Formats: sequence, structure tokens, C-alpha cells
Amino acid sequence: MDEAFSAHSVIDEARPVRHSGGGPWLLAAFALAALVVAPIAALVWIAFNPAENIWPHLFSTVLGTYLSSTLILMTGVGVSVVLVGTGTAWLVVSCRFPGRRFFEWALLLPLAVPAYVIAYTYTDLLEFAGPVQTGLRAVFGWETKRDYWFPDIRTMGGAIAMISLVLYPYVYAMARAAFLEQSVCVLEVSRTLGSTAWRAFFTVALPLARPAIVVGLTLALMETLNDFGTVDYFAVRTLTRGVFDTWFFMGNPGGAAQIALVMLVFVIGLIWIERSSRARQRFHHTSTHVRALPGYRLTGAKRAGAILACALPILLGFVVPASVLGYYAYEYFEQSWTADFLHYAENSLKLSLISAVATVAAAVLLGYAVRLNPGRGVRFASRLASVGYAIPGAVLAIGILIPAGALDNAIDAFSREQFGFPTGLLLSGTTTALVFAYMVRFMAISFGAVEAGLGKVTPNMDLAARALGHGPFATLRKVHLPLIRGSLLTAIVLVFVDTMKELPATLVLRPFNFQTLATYVYQYASDELLEQCALAALAIVAAGILPVIVLSRAISASRPGHRQSV
Amino acid sequence: MAHLKKILFGLIGASMLAPAANAAEEVNVYSYRQEFLVKPLFDAFTKETGIKVNVVFSDKGLIERVQAEGDNSPADLIFTVDIGKLNDAVDAGVTQPVTSPTLEENIPANFRHPDGLWYGMTTRARIIYASKDRVKPGEITSYEDLADPKWKGRLCTRSGKHVYNVALIASMIAHHGKDEAEAWLSKVKDNLARKPQGNDRAQVKAIKEGECDIAVGNHYYYGKMLHDEKQKPWADSVYLVFPNQENRGTHVNISGVSMTKSAPNKANALKLMEFLSGAGQTLYAEQNFEYPVNPTVEWLPEVKSWGEFKSDTLSLAEVAELRKEAIMMVDRVGYND
Repeated sequence: MDEAFSAHSVIDEARPVRHSGGGPWLLAAFALAALVVAPIAALVWIAFNPAENIWPHLFSTVLGTYLSSTLILMTGVGVSVVLVGTGTAWLVVSCRFPGRRFFEWALLLPLAVPAYVIAYTYTDLLEFAGPVQTGLRAVFGWETKRDYWFPDIRTMGGAIAMISLVLYPYVYAMARAAFLEQSVCVLEVSRTLGSTAWRAFFTVALPLARPAIVVGLTLALMETLNDFGTVDYFAVRTLTRGVFDTWFFMGNPGGAAQIALVMLVFVIGLIWIERSSRARQRFHHTSTHVRALPGYRLTGAKRAGAILACALPILLGFVVPASVLGYYAYEYFEQSWTADFLHYAENSLKLSLISAVATVAAAVLLGYAVRLNPGRGVRFASRLASVGYAIPGAVLAIGILIPAGALDNAIDAFSREQFGFPTGLLLSGTTTALVFAYMVRFMAISFGAVEAGLGKVTPNMDLAARALGHGPFATLRKVHLPLIRGSLLTAIVLVFVDTMKELPATLVLRPFNFQTLATYVYQYASDELLEQCALAALAIVAAGILPVIVLSRAISASRPGHRQSV
Repeated sequence: MAHLKKILFGLIGASMLAPAANAAEEVNVYSYRQEFLVKPLFDAFTKETGIKVNVVFSDKGLIERVQAEGDNSPADLIFTVDIGKLNDAVDAGVTQPVTSPTLEENIPANFRHPDGLWYGMTTRARIIYASKDRVKPGEITSYEDLADPKWKGRLCTRSGKHVYNVALIASMIAHHGKDEAEAWLSKVKDNLARKPQGNDRAQVKAIKEGECDIAVGNHYYYGKMLHDEKQKPWADSVYLVFPNQENRGTHVNISGVSMTKSAPNKANALKLMEFLSGAGQTLYAEQNFEYPVNPTVEWLPEVKSWGEFKSDTLSLAEVAELRKEAIMMVDRVGYND
């Protein structure tokens, strides 16, 4: 920790105070955590009962490839999303250049594009028969593949590029919210102490935003780790591939669950390293200083550079894939526009909305319980509740099937015995099970955002509210929730958009005759018939745009000192 | 805020009342086969019998779902696209034996489980696609030929671990023994023009684009490509080779159906199976250019025009058993690297 930084930031080394009246919160939090962790516990149970030991085979054959490609993929994606996400967030928050207000929300757009869809569209564009290479051949008179060199999209590099393009918005959203929530004071103090713009960024803004950036990065890496569609399509063999091969092709669920858990330990290790490097520093803002950020006015080459830096991710991550989809949707409109289409869209929207609100409410419960009772137990439980995100969706879905089925059958047996009538399956195969699945899967996103938001509220606020006679719930409602509104909205939108895109768990767990836009897209896209489902894919993307805009405005408005400029 | 709450609770309430499939005249299907391929069949069945067919499609996890749901599972039938999954369902203990004179009459013995735990409904041949321009007729005639060094850098296939390739490799193990099959697979790998990727159609496309000259794929993709405006040129650039006609015949796989142990609508489920093995055969095969298992049903003229062939009579149960060995072999020779 360098001296310059601690001189003009507010560091509260004291542990948060334990508050009275948190008992019920603690209980509720543990109950919720237990519920969310149940599917993972089921996987652990499966892992203890492997059909046979898979490791000797893996060690002697493919484990090296799996491990190295997983590491390369994660490093590549990690570096790219942090550079793009943090860089653009700082530009739009702290600098003034033409288009800034547009970039502010547009930089979130690629988030609405599912990774498997961007992979399909770029492959269509860049492959041998695609318009780019066909055009080049026409211009230069080449004929076959052997006449010229063209980068192959279906490679590790391609996978890193595709995944980074749609995942950097996690870091961008978190970093931007953090930069905006930073009290103007610290930045002004750093300026008055003679810091240049760059210096203020590296010594003040960046360290202060670090927890938020790490949350974004962690989300991106977990998503990378659980991705199957893109890496499968690009023939990149990661550990996830190993999980699927072992489970679904070799019929060894135990072995597969073991690999999945090793991946999980990997992620938990990463998070732990980051957290312990931050040790016990805590940064709270002492002031919600009410004034707009001044902003550095950019000119000349710097201005052009800033515009380019913000425009490029949007162009590549959103405009290009959306245009390809738009073109196909137009060409194949008659085949795609059916009565069912609207119905699928309705299913997707409803599910996503309910899941987003439910998941964020659950995250608030967990986050606030941790705040009220900062003990190891609840902290650990809340962390554990977030690991579902790192498990490949199809595997997690099977983890959910097991406790859900067990619960259903236990209730049924009890009811038959006590009341003489069967209840059947109350949870399995319903949309409630789907909502639960999304909650397990996306808890990391909402909990991360809520925790980052709450962390920035000084415990003095709690003390003041409680001293004034408010109970824990009233304090949450009147003090915390309004203060972390930006983080909450971020969380809701991220979960909403992610649920719209979610595929593997939806496929396995859905009710009869139930389609979402994502499942509809998949059954065609997996057969390389992207054209026929382009409209639905476009709808997923479009549905993500509106909340993205709403989100961006809300985050801006939530910033202390924001003036609604018209 | 209060208003929003009302809406949300309303939505949550509505979601609890999700369609529960337990009315009288219906049958519930968990399908590994894409919904748009089976839907027309089910519509025809409903039209004829008035029995509604409910479907969940997923390419993974459905057997696990039946298992977890236990005795209360709503599923009556499991539809799969290869022998491996049928075998998995039997191994998982979620199927029940079905005996029906109609089914036994319609479906030859080698395409059904001896105890009626599964029934094949269509067959699909694993064939070789060859470039019209660059491969002379007769230059390749068997799976064994795929290992010939003259194809070095000229062969394309999808992942070695895809179920269709796994079944083919398993059949090679059954015919040649483990060591010889592994040596074969290793040489096939050396002939690959590129890292295995994409699906069967993508391999044919690669032939069209000059990346390779021969490819291995299921036969019905030929029909699907011919009927797609964009993909027709791919199909037009190749001809079909039905391998091993001079000896054991071409390797075929099946798509099939199993009845679950807990099937709540057993009678309707049986009706659907019988329909598919009889009146539904033509439609079933038509949907996907596959071959009907019922020998009395005529092939589509178009499918017939691609050539009649002798198929390998190796028992599919044996293929299913050797599947795991095949997958480990794929890893050992580094086929996908």
C-alpha cells in the first residue's frame, strides 16, 4: 500500500460493529444458503461415488491439453476483459469527449449477445465461404484455401476474442458503478495534491474500484469456465470438455463431478488469493459529496483515441453480430415469424424478470446478514452460495434435479402416508424449478454486486440509523437500499440478461412443451441453421438492450452528486 | 412500489401453476431428438388418436432427470438418436420391458432389445462423403481405407468423441479387436486435414471449400443439405460411398424409443410406439431422410436414389458395450488434438 494513496483515501481499518437484532437475518441467510448450496452438495455426493477412477486415464491422455487450454483461455479472457472493461469505464466516467454519453450505455450492449451466438455469427462471416473471404478471393483472384493465408476463427485465439467481447461488460459495469460511486472528494484531493489524470487513476480511482473490478473479472472468468457452447464449437478442449466427455459419453457421473469440483476449487482459489491480497483493508466513503465530476476534457489525438477505444468493443461485440442476425432475420422472416415466436419471447421475459428480482432479493438477504453478523460462518455460507456460477450449466442442472426430486418424492410419500393422496412432483419440471436454477446459477452476479455496494456504505450509517431507533429491516429499507440502488439495478439487469441467454440448465429442467428464445435458437443453431432462428436470436439481443439503457441511466442517477442534465 | 410487488407476486404465482401434464388422454416424451424433427410425427399421432403428446427436448441430462424424478416422473417415453443413449437408459434402470405383437412384427430383432427395453425406429448409415472433383469412384470403398496414407491431409471428421463416431469406432473394435482398431484409428488421425470440429455437415462443406477430399458423416445430412438453398452447393460437390459393401456391410446406428419404468400413461405410450413402428414409419423417416426399421415400409424415392446397400449386422448391443473402450481409444491416440 503506497503512502500517497493512503494519504488521500479514507481507510477504515476497524472491523464492522456487530449489531443487535440480526438473529433472524442470520437464520434466514443460513437457510437460503443451504437451499442454494444443495445442488452443489449433490454434485459432491456424486463425486464420492464414481463409476471408476477416471484420473489415471485422464493423466495419461488428455489432462495436459485440458489444463493448458483452460489456463490459456482464462488468462486471455481475464487480461482482455480487465483492459477493455476498466479502460472504457474510466474514459466515460472521468473524461469528456464527443459521444461519451452514448458510449456510457452502449458499452454494455455486447452483454446482450450470447457467447454461442457471437461465435456462430463470426464463423459465418469469417469462414472460407463467408462474405469476407469470398470478397478477398474476388479481389485478389485467389481460388482455393491453399492460395492465401487467413486467420482461422475456430481456434484458441478466436475463442478468447469471442468470449472477451461479450464478457468485458461485466467488468465495465462494475468498474463504472464503482468509479461513479467514488466520492468526488478523493479525486479532487488527489488533483489538488498535484496528481495528473493518469496518476489519479492508478493511485486513487483504480485501487478504490479494485473490489468491484475483481467482482466483474471473477464473473467473467467463472462464465468462461462454465462455457461449453463456444469452446465446443471452436474445438478448444478445456476442462469443461472433460466434464462432459466423462459424464455424458463415458457414463461416469462421479468422475465428471470430480473434474467439475476441481475446477471449482480452482475458482475459489483465485478469489481467495485476491481477497487475501486485499487483506483487511476496507474503504468506505465518508461523504456523499454533492457535485458533478469535473472530467478531463480530451483534445486532438487523445480524443480520437478515446472515441476509438470505446467504439471498437461496441462495433465488434454488438454491431457486427447484431447486423448479421438482422440480415438473416430479414431474409428468413417468413420462416421465423410464427405465433409461437411471441409465446417464446413472453416465456423468456417473464422467467428472466422473476429470476432477476428473486435472485437479487436473495443476495440482499445474504449480504445484509453478513453485514449484521460479520462472523466467519455466515461469510463462508454466502461465498459458498456463489459458486454455482462456475459450474457448467448442464452439470449444475443435474445437481438441481437430485435435491428437487428427492424433496418432491419425500413430500409425496409423506402426503400419501398421512393424508392418503399423492402430491406428485411439486417442484421438478416446473418453472419454479427453473427460477431456482437461475438463482443458484446467477447468485454470484447479484451477491457480488450487492456486496460491493454494501461495502461502500460506512458502518457509521448503520450505527446512526440504529441509534435513531430503527430496526435492522427499517435500516436496510431506508438507508442501505437507497444508497446502493445503483448496485442493485446493476445486479437485476445482469441477472435478467443472463437468464435470457441461459441455455443448458433451461434445456434439462424445463416443463413439457416449454420453449424460451434461447432453447428455440439452440435447436437450430446447433445444426448450423443459424438463419432459421436469427429472429429469435435477435430478440434475445434486443430484449437485453432496453434494460441495459435503463441500467445505465439508473447507475448515473444513483451517483452521489448527479444532476439530471437534460 | 406496492403496485410492483403485486405484479411480481402475481407473476410468481402464475409461474407456480406451470402446465402440469397429467390430464387423461396424453403421453409424455423426453426427447434427445430435436423437437422440430419429432413434432410433425406427434401431430400426426394426435390427429389420428386424439392423444396429446407433451415434449421436453434436451440433448443432455434427460435420463438423469427421469432418475431424479423417481416413481413420480411424468415421462412415459425416452427418444434417443443413437444406440448409446438407449443403452444408458437401460443401465440407469429407468426403462421397462414392453411386449407387443405389433412392435415385434414391425421391427426386426436386431433393431430391438431382446427383452423389449428399447425399440429402434429408424436407421442411419455412417457413410463416406467423397469429392466429385478430386476422388475417383472406387478410390475408397471401406472404413479400413480411411487409414490409407494416400489420404494424408485429405480427411475431415467431426469430434472423435461424438456418439456417431464412437459407435463406428466401437464397431471397428468388435470386428478387428482392440489393438488393430487402435492402430487403425491412429492412422486415420494422421490423415486428418484439420483438428476435428463442427458437425457432419461442416465436413461436407469443407470438401466443397477444398479443405479436404473425403469426410465421414451420417447419410441423411445429404438430403438435408440438398433441401437447403445455402447448403445445396456443398451436397452437390460430393458423392456418397456406402462402405464395406464387399464384406460385412455399412455401419448403421438407430434412433429409438424406451418406455420408462414409471410411465403414468402406459397404454397411450404403447400406442405411440406402435404408431411410430407402423403408420408413422414413412413420416418418421421422411422428416430426416432416414431409413425405416420396418422392412415392409418403402423407402422414400429420393433416399432410394442415393443407393441401396448392405448394412453391417453386428448387434448394436455389442456396439453399445464397446462404447467406453472406443472413447478411451480416442483419447489415447489424441484424435481430437
